Amino acid sequence: MSSNLQLNPEGKLKHFLTIEGLDKNLLIEILDLAESFVGITDHRINKVPLLRGKSIVNLFFENSTRTRSTFELAAKRLSADVLSMSIATSSTSKGESLLDTIRNLEAMYVDMFVVRHGISGAAHFIAQHAAPHISVINAGDGQHAHPTQAMLDMFTIRQVKKEFSNLRVAIVGDILHSRVARSNIQALNTLGVAEVRVIAPKTLLPAQVETMGVTVSHNLAEGLKDIDVIIMLRLQKERMSSALLPSENEYFKCFGLTEDRLKIAKPDAIVMHPGPINRGVEIDSKVADGPQSVILRQVSNGIAIRMAIMAMAMQKQGAA
Amino acid sequence: MSRILIENGRIIDPANNLNRLGSVYIDDGKILSVIYKPTGFDPDQIIDARNQIVCPGFIDLSTRLREPGQSRKATFASETSAAAAGGITTMCLQPDTIPVVDTPAVAELVKDLAEKTGYRQILPIGALTQKLEGTELSAMLALKQAGCVAVSNANQPVKNLLILRRAMEYAASHDLLLIYRPNDVWLANNGCVHEGALSTRYGLPSIPDAAETIALAQCLELAELTGCRVHFGQLSSRRSVIKLQQAKKYGLAVSADVAIHQLHLTEEDIIPFDSAYHVQPPFRTNTDKESLREGLANGTIDSICSDHQPHDLDAKLGAFPETESGVSSLETLLPLMLRLVTQQAITLEQGIAALTQKPAQILQIDRGALTSGFSADICIFDPDQEWQVNSGAWLSQGVNTPFWGQDFKGQVNHTLQNGMVIYSRQGVSKPI
Repeated sequence: MSSNLQLNPEGKLKHFLTIEGLDKNLLIEILDLAESFVGITDHRINKVPLLRGKSIVNLFFENSTRTRSTFELAAKRLSADVLSMSIATSSTSKGESLLDTIRNLEAMYVDMFVVRHGISGAAHFIAQHAAPHISVINAGDGQHAHPTQAMLDMFTIRQVKKEFSNLRVAIVGDILHSRVARSNIQALNTLGVAEVRVIAPKTLLPAQVETMGVTVSHNLAEGLKDIDVIIMLRLQKERMSSALLPSENEYFKCFGLTEDRLKIAKPDAIVMHPGPINRGVEIDSKVADGPQSVILRQVSNGIAIRMAIMAMAMQKQGAA
Repeated sequence: MSRILIENGRIIDPANNLNRLGSVYIDDGKILSVIYKPTGFDPDQIIDARNQIVCPGFIDLSTRLREPGQSRKATFASETSAAAAGGITTMCLQPDTIPVVDTPAVAELVKDLAEKTGYRQILPIGALTQKLEGTELSAMLALKQAGCVAVSNANQPVKNLLILRRAMEYAASHDLLLIYRPNDVWLANNGCVHEGALSTRYGLPSIPDAAETIALAQCLELAELTGCRVHFGQLSSRRSVIKLQQAKKYGLAVSADVAIHQLHLTEEDIIPFDSAYHVQPPFRTNTDKESLREGLANGTIDSICSDHQPHDLDAKLGAFPETESGVSSLETLLPLMLRLVTQQAITLEQGIAALTQKPAQILQIDRGALTSGFSADICIFDPDQEWQVNSGAWLSQGVNTPFWGQDFKGQVNHTLQNGMVIYSRQGVSKPI
């Protein structure tokens, strides 16, 4: 399987659906463009006219606060007109009506869809069936991909660590159900880090996860040795009811990131989390709010990175 | 009934160990003689089979024709045309129609619907349990008397092993064949692709091969305990082939088939999120595919089925996990079998046996062979004829095939069922 769907014949970004299939230069281009949007002195982002006259629809079939609001702010900073829609999944559980939703919005001369959907492959499906002039940005599809989150994570890592090549990165927690983990693994490997290590009990690891280019540990204390970047994942409550874990308490004991455990990693290690965090489940408040945490910086960076991706995906239309 | 002469063809009839040039003589719907001309035979029709292969019509152990209940997907009329064009002269129909084939009345309805199409050989498979709910036994004897050739729970689970044991004991009491697709639904966990590197990369719900092998192992144990004849449908994994081989060596009266597409495609062939590749069981690894091919070659797997499942467009229009599984496959059955021969996985005789002699033995019916006195079900095909899968050539109402647009070699020129020509390809000289 390859994912050429997201590039136009000249190799430029048309859709942004997954990190897979994108090369290092393209990822660096995204990071550099995002950097150019960040104010040099105050880190604020100024409004630019890149997408003036363009219409962007945020199509959220799943709840989201951060992702949706940063996409909305990013679109406004690019001077686009933006419409955000939350669509109850119950009314669009069939592909047919998903397509009807898309067709109706197309009829309103939309230029871009930002899509979040609970089913893996939904963004691909929309990109395949939308009118040719429309760009689709994947804001998270099922357990498949969350590529803009991965890029803002890469942006944050580069801000602090400058270089990727010597980094050892640990991703801790529910890898199995995490689209963030999948996109981060692909982005980190594309950017050429020294090691991506996944740390989780077997019940939360997908089959043959090492084929994604990671090393595996089932023990947080051992797994954090020599680590430069720790990415903690959110643990959903329903994992307990489906017999994947015994209890939140036991999970925190084994895989929760505490101050003591953080000391096992390198002294200058940073702590990341895509949010929303479960304090006392996967991460101790002292760590989440501590000096090594860059969790809120990730949120701020989300705006610049999403501006960069939207601007690049629209370039193919000569919008810029 | 007319007398038909099929002359100059290469006759391949594995049941009679026949592979030679010659003629087939048909009288009153039956095979009168093969090779040897009966004295005084004066044909009403002559079919010239020069450069073509003449073999028994194909017997398909697993099809869904979507009637009754889902005619928006396909109808008996559309699918029997497709079957005839594919050289298939007998189709077993899975019981998961709407309503389910769990009473003699529904079995009769199926036969009535079939009757209207002029295609005589649609054989209903009865439901193993009422409404396929897996809890209460169906009226199996009545179903058998109404013409059901076997019982099956289709893709639905039997609630527990005790109920499966009792269903098998009851089926065995009436000498009914159980057709069983091994699948532990708990382990399958609503998955849609094989559990492995691909499911991990794409974050798709996955089905481990153990979902199949565990259910297979359980049913093998029950086959021994109950003495029920079991035919396993649509095997997909290497370890299933190994388990089956051991069971056969041990002497259990079991048989198995594989869906034709499983012999050609693996998870690596899946185009990202393309629902045409959504099948159950899922496409697995190349190792699995190779084992299935070996199993077919060494006789561990007895027969090939189409596992035909036509769909309407909407059923396949959506994000991969939300789409319906299945391939429309009657018309690609023969060329995909011939592709196995070209790729030297099996011999042509083995391929034809897996579509004729073997399924007839499994069903214990007097078909699948050009034996004198048998109904004249015959497929005459040109193994070298090239064609493309496209809307011009396709007859099934379901266009859901991962082979759409592909070039194939091997096409049926004539199909006879009970001595009647039910299909002649356009452009091919009609019987005189």
